[in-house]
Amino acid sequence: MSGSQCTLRFTVNGENCAVQVPPMKRLLDVLREDLHLTGTKEGCGEGECGSCSVRMDGELVNSCLVPVLHAEGANIQTVDGLAASGTLHPLQQAFLKYGGAQCGICTPGMLMAATQLLSINPHPTMAEIREGLAGNLCRCTGFIRIFESVIAAAHNPSADQGAHAR
Amino acid sequence: MRGNPDAHEIVAPGCLAAVLDLLTGAPGEWTPIAGGTELMVAHAAGRLAASRLVSLWGIRELRFITTGAKGISIGAGATFRDLRGDAGIADHLPLLAKAASWIGSIANQSRATVGGNLVNGSPAADSSPALLAYDAEVELVSVRGSRRIPYSEFHTGYKRNAMAPDELLLAVHLPLRFARHRRYLRKVGTRRAMAISKVALAGTAIVEEGVVSELRLAAASLAPFPARLYETEAALVGKSIDSRTIESAREVLLTEARPIDDIRSTAEYRKRVAANLLEEFLLELRSEGSPK
Repeated sequence: MSGSQCTLRFTVNGENCAVQVPPMKRLLDVLREDLHLTGTKEGCGEGECGSCSVRMDGELVNSCLVPVLHAEGANIQTVDGLAASGTLHPLQQAFLKYGGAQCGICTPGMLMAATQLLSINPHPTMAEIREGLAGNLCRCTGFIRIFESVIAAAHNPSADQGAHAR
Repeated sequence: MRGNPDAHEIVAPGCLAAVLDLLTGAPGEWTPIAGGTELMVAHAAGRLAASRLVSLWGIRELRFITTGAKGISIGAGATFRDLRGDAGIADHLPLLAKAASWIGSIANQSRATVGGNLVNGSPAADSSPALLAYDAEVELVSVRGSRRIPYSEFHTGYKRNAMAPDELLLAVHLPLRFARHRRYLRKVGTRRAMAISKVALAGTAIVEEGVVSELRLAAASLAPFPARLYETEAALVGKSIDSRTIESAREVLLTEARPIDDIRSTAEYRKRVAANLLEEFLLELRSEGSPK
């Protein structure tokens, strides 16, 4: 009854990675401990809160529930890769401008869930945003400012203009 | 993370035949894991009993949805996101599409599979009431061959099922004969997303000239496993839906239901709410409205 180490390869934020890990190690822990990508947070550790959300092959997943074996060959996107070459992603800009982030624990997951939503639905309604982010819990903002941030980013990708559209 | 990744072996044979060989070679030794939305929770909490896991994730033979003239077949490895995106299911099995939309969150739906939902055997399983109301069959496969049984006979006790140790759930088959049925599905939980059912009720029915001629009722969290409500059905078939019928059907349901008190609700609340859901369905059946 021992899980020997194995070598797994996948890409994270566009970079090829190879890790030597037990295959039942959680993707969350591999990202944080082996790859030192600490943007992804652990909240509940049981798939209920969404703080550890990352995208894997274009799907939103809770990285706390993914055995890293399942990431082999996958294309993974984490919050660490959102700001390309030092410029904040429009969602990040909107979260800053409209108060979508307070304590920050839920923020990486919120950003990834919002990224997922906008990738398949660039102009979501408020109801669609609520559903898209329903698996991500925030205990600070009351959610409304997060939803407004997503609307702002969706309506104006550069997020320069006023939000409060709905 | 209280679990220890080194304490568990996980292998990914990559194809169905290799998985079945593994299960046959050491019956009961290997625990299949698909999207991990159940087992990885236990793992993180340090209470995953299985020491050897065989991965079903990415096995193409398990991940399909096909719509034919007579029915829809759903591979056990289809995710709830797959179900939500399938036009055949949306058109022909709207209760199942609705149930799929209730499961956890988007991140859970992208990993959780139909097969996992059924084999896990939670009394509160979200897809089960709809599958029971649609008369689903399940197909079990092993190196000995495959067999089909009614889904209503799959669960045999709390977290127990009819599968032999060398068998795997291959697919769920749904007949397409519910186009003219009236239908109902409602889940009662703490909040809309992420909540596990306190109670859920599904129904399909035909009402002719005010009389119930055909009826299937199925519930989650009213018994040790998701199950049809045969006694309540029998109290309604052949009857016209009036206030006396509704009252007596409520009473039968209250005796047929065997819920428990647990962290999410009480037996008393579950019974009463289930009776209210039944009444809501019956009132809809009595009215002229279009199917829900």
